[in-house]
Amino acid sequence: MGNNTQSMNIHLKVWRQKDRLDKGNMEDHKMDNVSPDMSFLEMLDVLNEKLVREGKDPIAFDHDCREGICGMCSLMINGQAHGPESETTTCQLHMRKFKNGDTIVVEPWRARAFPVEKDLMVDRSAFDEIIAAGGFVNVNTGNPQDANCLPISKENADLAMDAAACIGCGACVASCKNASAMLFVSAKVSQLALLPQGQVEAEERVQSMVNKMDELGFGNCTNEAECEASCPKGINISNIARMNRDFLKASIVSKS
Amino acid sequence: MTTKKLDGKVPEGPIQEKWDKHKFNMKLVNPANKRKFNVIVVGTGLAGASAAASLAELGYNVQSFCIQDSPRRAHSIAAQGGVNAAKNYPNDGDSVWRLFYDTVKGGDYRAREANVYRLAQVANNIIDQCVAQGVPFARDYGGFLANRSFGGAQVSRTFYARGQTGQQLLLGAYSAMMKEVSKGKIKLYTRREMLDLVMVNGKARGIITRNVVTGEIERYAADAVLLCTGGYGNVYFLSTNAMASNCSAAWRAHKRGAYFANPCYTQIHPTCIPVHGDHQSKLTLMSESLRNDGRVWVPKNQDDKRAPNDIPEEDRDYYLERKYPSFGNLVPRDVASRNAKQAVDEGKGVGSTGVAVYLDFRDAIKRDGKDVVAAKYGNLFDMYERITDDDPYQVPMRIYPAVHYTMGGLWVDYNLQSNIPGLFVLGEANFSDHGANRLGASALMQGLADGYFVAPYTLGNYFASEKPEQEKVTTDAPEFEAAHKESRDKLERLLSINGSRTTDDFHRDLGKIMWEYVGMARNEEGLKKAISEIKNLKEQFWKDVKVTGTNTNINTELEKANRVADFLELGELMARDALERRESCGGHFREESQTEENEAKRDDENFAHVAAWEWQGEDTEPLRHVEELSFENVALTQRSYK
Repeated sequence: MGNNTQSMNIHLKVWRQKDRLDKGNMEDHKMDNVSPDMSFLEMLDVLNEKLVREGKDPIAFDHDCREGICGMCSLMINGQAHGPESETTTCQLHMRKFKNGDTIVVEPWRARAFPVEKDLMVDRSAFDEIIAAGGFVNVNTGNPQDANCLPISKENADLAMDAAACIGCGACVASCKNASAMLFVSAKVSQLALLPQGQVEAEERVQSMVNKMDELGFGNCTNEAECEASCPKGINISNIARMNRDFLKASIVSKS
Repeated sequence: MTTKKLDGKVPEGPIQEKWDKHKFNMKLVNPANKRKFNVIVVGTGLAGASAAASLAELGYNVQSFCIQDSPRRAHSIAAQGGVNAAKNYPNDGDSVWRLFYDTVKGGDYRAREANVYRLAQVANNIIDQCVAQGVPFARDYGGFLANRSFGGAQVSRTFYARGQTGQQLLLGAYSAMMKEVSKGKIKLYTRREMLDLVMVNGKARGIITRNVVTGEIERYAADAVLLCTGGYGNVYFLSTNAMASNCSAAWRAHKRGAYFANPCYTQIHPTCIPVHGDHQSKLTLMSESLRNDGRVWVPKNQDDKRAPNDIPEEDRDYYLERKYPSFGNLVPRDVASRNAKQAVDEGKGVGSTGVAVYLDFRDAIKRDGKDVVAAKYGNLFDMYERITDDDPYQVPMRIYPAVHYTMGGLWVDYNLQSNIPGLFVLGEANFSDHGANRLGASALMQGLADGYFVAPYTLGNYFASEKPEQEKVTTDAPEFEAAHKESRDKLERLLSINGSRTTDDFHRDLGKIMWEYVGMARNEEGLKKAISEIKNLKEQFWKDVKVTGTNTNINTELEKANRVADFLELGELMARDALERRESCGGHFREESQTEENEAKRDDENFAHVAAWEWQGEDTEPLRHVEELSFENVALTQRSYK
């Protein structure tokens, strides 16, 4: 389908780890006749089918929608979260972005708060815990006012949508040398802070989400902006500035 | 065993008053008593997350299960285009009645009228609820909500959040759910796959799951079970569904006695990126919203090999605009898909495979400018370019239909309860609201309607009238013991075969049979062939599949094999249902039943009913029960979009 049809030979170095306790090691695989039109994960599918035919254990990796929206896929590819293409998840990365003869190193997300479950799969439930700490508007299902009773400037609605586009994949944490979750947390804090619906609880929200993030073992932000560079959805680090401002404000004026 | 006439339990009275009256007539559970009830919700998509959140808010104890590592990843997240509601904000003539009418007509008169009316009624509440949660819908410069048009409607009633509406609605429902997790009202179980439904004294009382990280088989008991486990499009191997989307939860419930309704109703979505190569793992949808501005065409002459931009206007056939002047490119999905197939069958297909048609934005870019088009569809254009390496601003997109949604599902009555007391089925997993064809932007509407605004009422009525909590059931019960053993034995059997072909080999073969004979066009001979070929394939599978690894840790091959085993059985039922429905309707096109213009021709005299299948055991043919559909408010006519 694409415009480059030459098939490629690829040398893969993949992280293998049986379970959380295993030490793990790199494993080498030669891949011949890789089509440039394959996605990166389809290339791994082909390798896995070969391994199964040989009676070996296939490589475990997380993936689901394969449309770049569920946030399930991960992978450090040659040291870059989601690989070399900007604003692209691993499932949307295609082999045409590599060259014939390339060696590709594939590793899991590495962060204290994301323990490896097996091979390239990690546990990201810490993100759910952060959302449970306050990433919501406290409104029950029922009969709220008509949606158009609450006009919201297009500018703020667009900024909120920019922040809300986060897919919770964890690339920001994996690419940060401190394994900080600031971009993820600030995206949710910002989305709700930019909307009138989120104002009522804004102070408590930012405090409890940031505290939860610290408690779960994520590191601090030292303004390297690696998170923004690796984010497949282009979430802007101005969200972090907004969160820091809101956090500071909340710690001064908060009643608790 | 004989076939039965099923009762949909539709309340009496004029259609506008049914739901209000029913809400009043249903029994309530006193607020203080709600904490005595336990509810299992399987799946965390729009239906599951909204139901779990709403039930927990009411005070019930909810246990929520999902296959992924987080509830936020359910496949509802991938819905792009939007969610319908009859707010009539654009003042273009919309109303609850019109949304109801369009949905019944779009479904080709094979949905239950009363369900559809209720859906149209509560759709407006959905928009209000989502805005209250902080869902960032698109807005115009005055700060009010924006709308766009979708197929099968002549009004603008679709609310959207760029091309990520499903994501934003799901994150809204997910956040509502996590709010209840933090309060301890929802207990969350991630990376769990449901293996069986447990029945005690004829009622649904629990489930068996596999923890996919540890391999442990677990038992959970409750007073009711809600299945919100999505559709079964992956039976075709290639579809727009997520890789883990599967039919197993619904199928295992079916094998425990739940009727499976209209399994042959599948939606083949007209605008997907065409198949290329043998290693393709899934198909990618391009939102239907693109048909607002994109024009569908093929070359007028067969085997025209010129590049699309070199084909002059007079040699292009904008076939949808030509055949359907009033709806043009916005005809419903089934009509658009069938016409694309027809063009390809006539040798007018485009691209290297010849199995595609063009979706062209040249005129929209000329009219509105590239920036306006980019603002509306930029993310979709980028995605298209990433996958195909072609720039849709320069050359027309190539598209072709792909399996996208399944209208069929477990049979439910008006209360969304299956024929098994205590088993409720919500969202795509049930069959009820879309008839034989779903309109665009209606899946999100239905998932949230079921979860936020229907199940919370009807489940309370079940608890208050049936009082399941009075029969104490624990996971030590012999029924749990037996289901646990059956599940374990099945997995061990899969691991012990050690044959020569992988699960994917079998799944691909099944997909080919399904696409060929139970796809966009079906006929008696092909369907009979499909039934016998699937039977053979199933036999081969159980003799020759190779599943590596063990059952005591993460084993993705075992997970897949366990799902494909169920797809093989469901595939056969789909073919059987398609064979018995000797009419065309919506997405079900029987070649023997078409009008002179090749449109789907219904047979209302013999088939204005729901077919609900009852499992009879491995080697016995299933029973086909019938629920008659009566149309008191919308006249049955041949659908026309001309």
